[in-house]
Amino acid sequence: MEQILDVIIAKYNYWIYITLMMIGLFGVIAKNNLVKKIVGMSIFQTAIILFFVSMGMKRGATIPIVMHDHGAHGPIQAVDYINPLPHVLMLTAIVVAVSTLGVALALAVKVYKKYGTLEEDEILEQIRKS
Amino acid sequence: MIWQLDLLVLSLVVACGIGALMIKDLLGSAILFGAYSFMMCVLWAVMGAVDVAFTEAAVGAGVSTVFFVAAVFHTTRRSKD
Repeated sequence: MEQILDVIIAKYNYWIYITLMMIGLFGVIAKNNLVKKIVGMSIFQTAIILFFVSMGMKRGATIPIVMHDHGAHGPIQAVDYINPLPHVLMLTAIVVAVSTLGVALALAVKVYKKYGTLEEDEILEQIRKS
Repeated sequence: MIWQLDLLVLSLVVACGIGALMIKDLLGSAILFGAYSFMMCVLWAVMGAVDVAFTEAAVGAGVSTVFFVAAVFHTTRRSKD
């Protein structure tokens, strides 16, 4: 029991990232308003990006910019720097996320102009009646 | 990383996320989502991912909030849930 509690406390940030992901999934599935669904989708994407960036973290390392570029201080040790590969991949993911958000909001505005509401059940009722 | 500061910022992120989904006013939801993005940017700057942090500050807290406010301005402010 105590070992399980130790594991949970030692990896507390991963538990919070999973909580954020599930909050975003709840917003996508259970909310009735279209703009609320889009907010949930953005929270989901940001939580996954946060998880991947935190995997490149090293204890006692500095940001990935080479120090002492002018003097001879021996070879560069990779253990002194945070892993920059997840940062590069997640930069691409952030750009994809903002373009997805723009397209989704444009579709929501078009749906509002056609049906006069943003609530999902009212839109479905109007589709069923026509 | 100081773990007390990390836990504080993570709690603020979770609170802003829950608030952005639960509030009944869509403009308030947009503002809370901007606060969520800014907290996320602070978290990445603490983690050492500086390029991701200022990209998120420009894109998440800037452009996304402008998009949300423009969409709410073109549609309606009230929401049932």
